[in-house]
Amino acid sequence: MNPIVIAKNLTKSYTKGLRALDNVSLTVNQGKVLVVMGPSGSGKSTLIRTFNGLETFDRGELNVLGINIEPNHDERKIQKIRRRVGMVFQQFNLFPHLSILENITLAPVHVQKRSQIEAEDYGMYLLSQMGIDSHAKKYPSQLSGGEQQRVAIARALALKPELLLFDEPTSALDPERINEVLDAMRRLAEQGMTMIVVTHEIGFAKDVSDQVLFMDSGKVIETSTPEIFFSNAQHERSRKFLNQLDKQ
Amino acid sequence: MKSSRKIFVQFVICMIFFSVIGILVNNLTVNLIRTGLGFNFNWLIKPASFALAEYPLPYSPSDSYAWALFIGWLNSLKVIISSLLVSTLLGTIIGFARTGKNSLLSFLSAGYITIIRQTPLLLQLMFWYFVGFLGLKDDMSIHIKDIFKISNQGIELSVFTLTSEFSALLLGLSIFTSAYIAEVIRGGILSVPRGQWEAFRSLGVSERKGLISIIIPQALPAIIPGLTSQYLNLAKNSTLAIAVGYSDIYAINDTIINQTGRAIECFMILLTSFLVLNLLISNSMEIINRIIINARKYN
Repeated sequence: MNPIVIAKNLTKSYTKGLRALDNVSLTVNQGKVLVVMGPSGSGKSTLIRTFNGLETFDRGELNVLGINIEPNHDERKIQKIRRRVGMVFQQFNLFPHLSILENITLAPVHVQKRSQIEAEDYGMYLLSQMGIDSHAKKYPSQLSGGEQQRVAIARALALKPELLLFDEPTSALDPERINEVLDAMRRLAEQGMTMIVVTHEIGFAKDVSDQVLFMDSGKVIETSTPEIFFSNAQHERSRKFLNQLDKQ
Repeated sequence: MKSSRKIFVQFVICMIFFSVIGILVNNLTVNLIRTGLGFNFNWLIKPASFALAEYPLPYSPSDSYAWALFIGWLNSLKVIISSLLVSTLLGTIIGFARTGKNSLLSFLSAGYITIIRQTPLLLQLMFWYFVGFLGLKDDMSIHIKDIFKISNQGIELSVFTLTSEFSALLLGLSIFTSAYIAEVIRGGILSVPRGQWEAFRSLGVSERKGLISIIIPQALPAIIPGLTSQYLNLAKNSTLAIAVGYSDIYAINDTIINQTGRAIECFMILLTSFLVLNLLISNSMEIINRIIINARKYN
């Protein structure tokens, strides 16, 4: 068991009394998929954003890929971790002024100093893996939401990351576009990628995750295997949340 | 019913408009007859017979009024273009400092913007001229060997000298305009969605590279229109040159009006020259805007 992320008692307050993160502890081992669930405002996004330094925290210990992240770290110091951790956002956040292929090659060329040709070859390979290599020369606005999100996954993979973070990757998609993105994520999990996924997709969580973490008001309410969580949640709050999801 | 009332209202407005024009034209004709000057531009070829403190092209008092006006126009152009360059550079630096992560720099630039925008330009020009340059005593000059020297004579560089009038105007206009440009730049940067910053940061791309490759290209379309109106303001504000005794087009027009009494003709010349100048500025900016929009292959 090789731990990729170890968090101990992470705490972050935005304003007095209101805690975004409240003593959150978790461990994610190599090759495992952790799904983070919880109502909006429960701190799910804040939590996974601390793992690549997009958010700071006030107290606690955090170790990602063997590197300690300090509570109020300098953004520049976190770059070593960011080069090894990919992130996919709810709103895709593709660079609209760059072509699909340029979106993917930007980081390998400028961060890893790979040659343009090498980066483009690998970029095209990733796009074909995602089934969108025919769009390489297009611009993000010419693609559907599902295609854009698959480009975003390819962009995150371009640095050959050891950990992938997904922040509600399907929440901004049309219902009929959700599966094409989830399928791509399933394939990554099968290939042994370590992933932390914030999502409300129960099907995905049941099939793919090794562990489900449920959060509310910045606290971890429970951590279970998906089998237990979805059939026999231990906590009243989790059951209430799952009932709400079922009704939708 | 309604349409007839509309026509009546429009008729009244037209009557008022033409009456005002009529009164103005009548005043003008009566006064032109009274002074016996008439309306013509023949005086332009007569010798100006006044000296100018600075002239980019050869000038002497025996040259014509027309030539003096042209020299004034060149002087205006000189100070506008140089202030435009300096204020853009300064404004860009302060705009980025204002939006940057360094809280000290951000605080300082916010202070700079506040102070400069909250005080009148005329006051600032007076300050730079009387306190900044003329306030320097002969033994108080600041100089670095023979290369660079600031004294009450202006700014002396090894290759050329800027008079204290020009220097004060350049400094005053540049600093004043830079505060506004900084805000335009800041607005442009803030118009780029936060997700774009997060996206390049999460890829391990440095702040500098991200700013240049990701943020600025997306901020430019929002920056150019604001920049254009600041440049137009700068050109118009340059007429405050008269306060520090710099011979720009406005100051020279003023002298000529005093000498010849040709106020109408002079104001027409002045208005035309500014119209031409500002059309030049706004059209050039429009071309730049087009280039940026056309270079953009997305919506």
